[in-house]
Amino acid sequence: MQEKMKQRAKELLADGTVNRVMGWKKGEFGYDTTPAVFRSAEEIDKYFVCDDFTNSNLSKLLVKESKKDGVILAFLKPCDTYSFNQLLKEHRIDREKVYIIGIPGGPKLDAEIIKSKGITGITGVKNVNYTLVIDTIYGEEKMPFYEAVSVKCKSCKSKKHVIYDELIGDDGDILESDRFDEVEKLENMTSRERFDFWQRELSKCIRCNACKNVCPACTCEKCVFDNPKSGIENKAVSDSFEEKLFHIIRAFHVAGRCTDCGECSRVCPQNIPLHLLNRKFIKDINSLYGEYQAGADLDTKNPLTDYSTDDCEPSIVHERGVE
Amino acid sequence: MNRIGVFVCHCGTNIASTVDVKAVAEALSHERGVVISQDYQYMCSESGQNLVKNAIKEHNLTGVVICSCSPRMHENTFRKACSEAGLNPYLVEIANIREQCSWIHKDITTATEKAVILGRTAIAKVTLNTPLTSMESPVVKRALVIGGGIAGIQSALDIAEAGFEVDIVEKEPTIGGKMAQIDKTFPTLDCAACILTPKMVEASQNENINIYSFSEVSDVKGFVGNFTVKIKRKARYVDETKCTGCGLCTEKCPMKKVPNEFNAGLDNRTAIYIPFAQAVPKIATIDPNYCMMLKNGKCGVCSKVCTAGAVDYKQKDEFIEKKYGAIVVATGYNPISPEKFDEYAYSQCPDVVTSLELERLMNAAGPNGGTLLRPSDKKHPEKIVFIQCVGSRCDDDRGKPYCSKICCMYTAKHAMLIREKYPDTEVYVFYIDVRTPGKNFDEFYRRAVEQYNVHYIKGMVGKVTPKANGKIEVQGSDMLADEQLRIDADLVVLAMAIEPDKSARPLATMLTTQMDTNDFFTEAHPKLRPVESATAGIFLSGVCQGPKDIPETVAQASAAAAKAIGLLCKNSITCNPCVAHSDELMCNGCSACEKVCPYGAITYENKEFRMPDRTVAVRRVASVNPAVCQGCGACTVACPSGAMDLNGFSNSQIMAEVDAICK
Repeated sequence: MQEKMKQRAKELLADGTVNRVMGWKKGEFGYDTTPAVFRSAEEIDKYFVCDDFTNSNLSKLLVKESKKDGVILAFLKPCDTYSFNQLLKEHRIDREKVYIIGIPGGPKLDAEIIKSKGITGITGVKNVNYTLVIDTIYGEEKMPFYEAVSVKCKSCKSKKHVIYDELIGDDGDILESDRFDEVEKLENMTSRERFDFWQRELSKCIRCNACKNVCPACTCEKCVFDNPKSGIENKAVSDSFEEKLFHIIRAFHVAGRCTDCGECSRVCPQNIPLHLLNRKFIKDINSLYGEYQAGADLDTKNPLTDYSTDDCEPSIVHERGVE
Repeated sequence: MNRIGVFVCHCGTNIASTVDVKAVAEALSHERGVVISQDYQYMCSESGQNLVKNAIKEHNLTGVVICSCSPRMHENTFRKACSEAGLNPYLVEIANIREQCSWIHKDITTATEKAVILGRTAIAKVTLNTPLTSMESPVVKRALVIGGGIAGIQSALDIAEAGFEVDIVEKEPTIGGKMAQIDKTFPTLDCAACILTPKMVEASQNENINIYSFSEVSDVKGFVGNFTVKIKRKARYVDETKCTGCGLCTEKCPMKKVPNEFNAGLDNRTAIYIPFAQAVPKIATIDPNYCMMLKNGKCGVCSKVCTAGAVDYKQKDEFIEKKYGAIVVATGYNPISPEKFDEYAYSQCPDVVTSLELERLMNAAGPNGGTLLRPSDKKHPEKIVFIQCVGSRCDDDRGKPYCSKICCMYTAKHAMLIREKYPDTEVYVFYIDVRTPGKNFDEFYRRAVEQYNVHYIKGMVGKVTPKANGKIEVQGSDMLADEQLRIDADLVVLAMAIEPDKSARPLATMLTTQMDTNDFFTEAHPKLRPVESATAGIFLSGVCQGPKDIPETVAQASAAAAKAIGLLCKNSITCNPCVAHSDELMCNGCSACEKVCPYGAITYENKEFRMPDRTVAVRRVASVNPAVCQGCGACTVACPSGAMDLNGFSNSQIMAEVDAICK
């Protein structure tokens, strides 16, 4: 797969279709891959990588890249195409300036999970009949493949590319996903239990802003958290109530636009399950306004910024919150 | 440096009895920026206003806070007063300590505490107020009337007579509404058609009136003086410009088994039809649910017999868009279905009919040519029982909680007409109360009882049972005689409750007007503004606002027309300067605001910006047309980055208010 991608990228660079290629390169460690832009065949040969650890969603980076001169080639996994579409819908990306090659998605692996099993010094991984064989500087280790899969891939919603110029490999289908199961668990808690749950999780937050920086729905010219006029700018948490506000405000800001790509939870160094806040919104939108998947297409209106005469009355929403 | 004046109103005892106004004035005098804080018995009186005006001059005030009633009552009064004293009228804030405080609290301590908080909130807001100037917006000199019953016709005629263009949108193939189906009208017993049809003809002949029959309003944009309305002209499969209304097609149509809605389903019509002889416009319409040509492409008789070549099976729904300055809503009513009231055996026995069906049974254009016959065996009924309040004044969800208002009178009318025409018929009326407030109404009812010997029985009917011999046993209680009655009737008539037309609810959403829980449109004020909706430029006519009879409907229709004419007379209206604007440096160009704007006030443009790194970038940014914006604030909420802001209700003002409340 990686070789095919490299091959095609070099062809498109050579024939002038694109002048840059966006993919991933290895970081300090083998499993530590990071998005990267390549300008020549040599760079691609030397650094380009697409493996079990290339988790990151490239769509957000195209907001800036598509403003530059020339067309950029981007390799998008199915989940990334939803983010791309959503950004296109919000006029954040210039479609003409991006050439999309759809590539098969995960399941991708999370090195943090492997490390949490006490396996360190990872140099490479292999999937042998659903057993993950891990090469480390200390020798070979094994663990069940499924256990090492990223949280976001475990509840994959779709293997279908919703936008692309060409595909490498086959296109998949929208999946029956159990992604709302955990939200339901939270809903079934008493309000006290739920409050305690979020109190526990959100108090771990160190305000590193990784979730905000990686989120493809967070592309504002000026983020409210960086805007002195907003009244909530760069506020350090001064009490246990305020520390929740950052994430709650963020969840409200991306409601109806979040494609559930799962990047927020993946990058969180404190392992806060932030995606559950967003999924609660998605689940509510589905049940109140009918099924809606942000980024699935360019035409369907976001139910939160649209009204139809059969929209539910606000009292219905209110009554659901009463215990 | 802020110099704020605070004025606390007693409103007689309205506020002062539950709020310690002196304590409020004292507490607010210590707020930052407040230079004067006073209380007065009636702040809205001339002397009260003078108090404010003098304080503005004396203390050189930069902002005024009035702690009084709802801003809906006197905001304008105080804005004008301040403007006269040389202060920009938008530097006034009202703290509502009456409706939102004194009227809803009993305890003086809590009410006073809350009044202080509300005052403090208004002070926090007024500190951030900026002077604003109003603009003018032109008025489109055309009115739209939605609904072509007697209410809509009357409103349209009055507006047209005043010299303005009016369009009537009617969903049925003809105007006329319910009144066209009624036989005689109380209390004068003149024929409904004889007084209605001249008005229908007048409407069709008036040059200023344009009738869109078989059409529906599908979208409304804009605001008072400048509405843009999309009208759906449903396909009637007949070219309106060619059809002469000769009716040959309706005679030849082979599909003759279509329930005739005009005769309340008591007889049949053809698939191509003209609802009734005096229909306006008199144009045939094909019912696509029954036409064999439209359903399976086999027939085409009407097209062959039509000498005018008007039949067009390929006609499609069309949409037209027009601008209006005022909209009159006259969507009317329908009787509720008797299905839920199974104890009256409506679904089991054809001789249990509703009052509207009885109107048709008695009408000369009805199924029996005006002779009252039982639907089942076409025999003269000898004993007739009327049951009042079926679904009206009902305390469960089968019916309606309100009085339908017209039933007492029309039942007296029916009873009287029957006794007059068929003196050998016995007529019983079961009632809860007989309600006859209206000119000549009680005299009318007493005539039915005293002259025509109609048996009025105070009591409810428990059960109606059709019997094998064709009789219908009515079991009821006579509460005055305290006995149970069993009457073997030949015909039973149910006075069904009336409800607003089903099209009203989606229309209210389109018009952004309010409705009550029964789906009647809500008037701007129940006593003082009874024909205006709370949305400027939308007026209410007829039963869509609440149950009423024909004289009241016509009176309200003319009142609504007068209000609409008052608006259309103006060349321009003063716009609200509290409009939105976008901070282009923060705008993402995402279109969220454009999508939520109900007025179409937001457009996007590509603009060049100098970036911090000295390059020039072209960015897509929102731009608000202040003449179109109505200041609803939807965009400021939808904007993810906070680039959209509203004059007079800025994001920072709202945050300051929240902070003041939480302090």
